[in-house]
Amino acid sequence: MALEAGNIFFRYEKKQPWILEDVTVRIDRGECLVVSGPSGCGKTTLAMLLAGYLRPERGQIQAEGFPLPAKGVCPVQLISQHPEKAVNPRWRLKRVLEESGGRMEEILETFGIRRRWLDRFPCELSGGELQRFCVARALMSGADYLICDEISTMMDAVTQAQIWNAVLREAKKRRMGILAVTHNRHLAERIATRQIALEK
Amino acid sequence: MKKGNRRTRAVIQAAALAMLLLVVYAAGILISGDAVEGDFLDAGRPPCLEHPFGTDALGRDLLMRTLKGMSVSMTVGAAASAISAGIAVFVGIAAAAGSGRVDAAISWLIDVMMSVPHMVLIILISFAMGRGFQGLLAGIAATHWCSLARLIRGEVLQLRSRHYIAVSRKLGKPEGWILTRHLLGHLAPQLLVGAILMFPHAILHEAAVSFLGFGLPPEQPATGIILAESMRYISAGLWWPAVLPGLTLVWVVLSVDRLGDELQKILNPFSAQE
Repeated sequence: MALEAGNIFFRYEKKQPWILEDVTVRIDRGECLVVSGPSGCGKTTLAMLLAGYLRPERGQIQAEGFPLPAKGVCPVQLISQHPEKAVNPRWRLKRVLEESGGRMEEILETFGIRRRWLDRFPCELSGGELQRFCVARALMSGADYLICDEISTMMDAVTQAQIWNAVLREAKKRRMGILAVTHNRHLAERIATRQIALEK
Repeated sequence: MKKGNRRTRAVIQAAALAMLLLVVYAAGILISGDAVEGDFLDAGRPPCLEHPFGTDALGRDLLMRTLKGMSVSMTVGAAASAISAGIAVFVGIAAAAGSGRVDAAISWLIDVMMSVPHMVLIILISFAMGRGFQGLLAGIAATHWCSLARLIRGEVLQLRSRHYIAVSRKLGKPEGWILTRHLLGHLAPQLLVGAILMFPHAILHEAAVSFLGFGLPPEQPATGIILAESMRYISAGLWWPAVLPGLTLVWVVLSVDRLGDELQKILNPFSAQE
């Protein structure tokens, strides 16, 4: 019961240097793995690979022993650093949430999503407010693993704490595995059950 | 001082133009066949109060004939641009969403279509289909989709690389769902403006092909036909059958073009700065 990346190699173009060379990661369900490292060391690339947004050139990524499905709801959901890019700018946020399939009232509450935000367009909310929608959407899809790529960098400390508490509570309830990328050492210490550092 | 902001002005102008064009179109439909009957006692009259556009050599009232002709031209233009826009959407999306080979083939086809003069193709297609309304419509519809298709291809390629499309896929949404929910909404304004700006081309080509005798039949009061007939009498000093319907055609074309521009300003406010 784990999300595993076994000996993966990745580069964006042929003949360019490897971004990730022979990387092996394992995220068990119920744990929160924090990845840190200097800029450009491939943290975001690793996050995209694990969520199936990119394919490794060599090696394989498996969730519960099977490769990530090409169709259907992916059991691994990525929440990115830029929530404004992850929602359709022409959709009201109600529709954005409904894209995940189910709508769960209690999740809206735990993330402090106000009812009147639902009728707004993405450009009418701040980054922090939008990010709550992205996290809520990922959770509502029923994912088993969450890949959080610096999801709280744009938030103030109070909001950050609120969001992470909500995520960790949900994760505990559903025994989800979390991989979190962050530069914030204090945050890492608070949320991590295990930490690794990527090197350049 | 101009009243209102740019958007308000654009809305008012677009509405006024649309109304005017609609009036011309409706007038052409509503005018009865009797109004364009010939009367030899009235033949070759210059513009006067009774006949604002004068009468032609057969004594037919030219204003009525022009209006009737304009509505035929507008029907052809609207139908042809609608069909063309449909082809453009289909081809553009197929190119952008299909494999690299499909894209290359379609892009090549667009290049080929654009390198052949439209007139030649329209005449060939129209002639092969037995001229008349159908042939002309097919000819115009089959030639005008290229530039819009290219635009849509580019737009779809750009949209498909957006992060929220990738997110949608990971949420288990099939390609068709993404296409209709995410992409078409973004394409709609481009498509509407593109189709409206295609319209003037379409009616100019309709008039030109009919003028050359490869389009609508001579008994039909179409702008191209009226202009072709007028050529015979222009050396006899009858200038009004050529000038006045011609100016009407130019006016309609410019109005539609302007309508398209105003709509673009409404739908995409940034374009007003270009």
